[in-house]
Amino acid sequence: MSVAVVSDVKLPPFQALLDAHREDIFRFLVASVGRNEAEDCFQDTFVAALRAYPDLAEASNLKGWLFTIAHRKAIDCHRRRRRNSVSLGELPETRDELHSEVFDPALWDRVRELPPKQRSSIVLRYVEDLPYRTIGEVTGCSESAARQNVRAGLIKLREEIGP
Amino acid sequence: MNDLERSLANVGDLSGPAAFAAGRFVDQAAVMVDVAYATMDSPIGVLLLAATPEGLIRIGFDHETDVLDDLADRVSPRILEYPVRLADAQKELDEYFAGRRSHFDVPLDWALIGGFRRRILEVTARIPFGSLSTYQDVAGQAGQPRGARAAGQALGGNPIPVIIPCHRVLRSGGGMGGYAGGTDRKEFLLRLEGAML
Repeated sequence: MSVAVVSDVKLPPFQALLDAHREDIFRFLVASVGRNEAEDCFQDTFVAALRAYPDLAEASNLKGWLFTIAHRKAIDCHRRRRRNSVSLGELPETRDELHSEVFDPALWDRVRELPPKQRSSIVLRYVEDLPYRTIGEVTGCSESAARQNVRAGLIKLREEIGP
Repeated sequence: MNDLERSLANVGDLSGPAAFAAGRFVDQAAVMVDVAYATMDSPIGVLLLAATPEGLIRIGFDHETDVLDDLADRVSPRILEYPVRLADAQKELDEYFAGRRSHFDVPLDWALIGGFRRRILEVTARIPFGSLSTYQDVAGQAGQPRGARAAGQALGGNPIPVIIPCHRVLRSGGGMGGYAGGTDRKEFLLRLEGAML
């Protein structure tokens, strides 16, 4: 058989990644694109990850790497949706599956309308509890820019829904 | 943290839907997987079975904790738990342990077995159910008559125990010799095959 490993980085079995991070990624996507689209984005994220996995040059931050892919898939998803000009409000959301007592649909609709970097940064900061340095890595900017994106996102949300 | 930030931290519990999505992913990603694995119960403990598209590449005993990491390192890290791929091997092993099967038909992937060890294990693979051989004999048939000790080492590193029947090889004097799975398991298998009382 062909041996797929080209790098000498020690990568854990992909199943271990899936087990350890499926919930983080799913939560990130539900917050970023909504419950209905999250399922497909989840599939796209892990298929892309599995495809690229053996060629990965670095194994030190696999969680961040998965978030980077999910961040891009969420952007693709929003783009696709805009092209089809379906607004978020028109989509039949299956909110019943979420714990309604802790979940505020109106707030999350607003979050999803934020510009991509602000949206991902807000979700990574508050839903995933990641440090700004990692948020910067995932969204492709510096630590201070990540902090700025979170702040800008919060200001916009406050303007829209009140304090 | 103010109210807005607190609300943002509450998405709800998504562990169920996440597990479901992960299951769907494994089903559709199976074609891209280099190594599929499954675990099964057996009379000699839980066995881990791993296969490439080529065939069965590894059987691990329950005390071997690094089997998957080792496969990720030596074969490919594209490893997923996908029992469908191991269904044939599992069925044959179940039949073997139930005393209804005396040889295995599942294809094997010999990629982890090279050089001298390959020759030794090829000879070993031909020892029939219920018979015994010695390290000395196996070494001789592999073209190394004085290589009994090396043969023992090669057998100890058998990546596909039970199916490549290294348990059928004993010391020349009749002693049990070693077994990667422990001599208790070796004895159990030989009793199962009627090669030992």
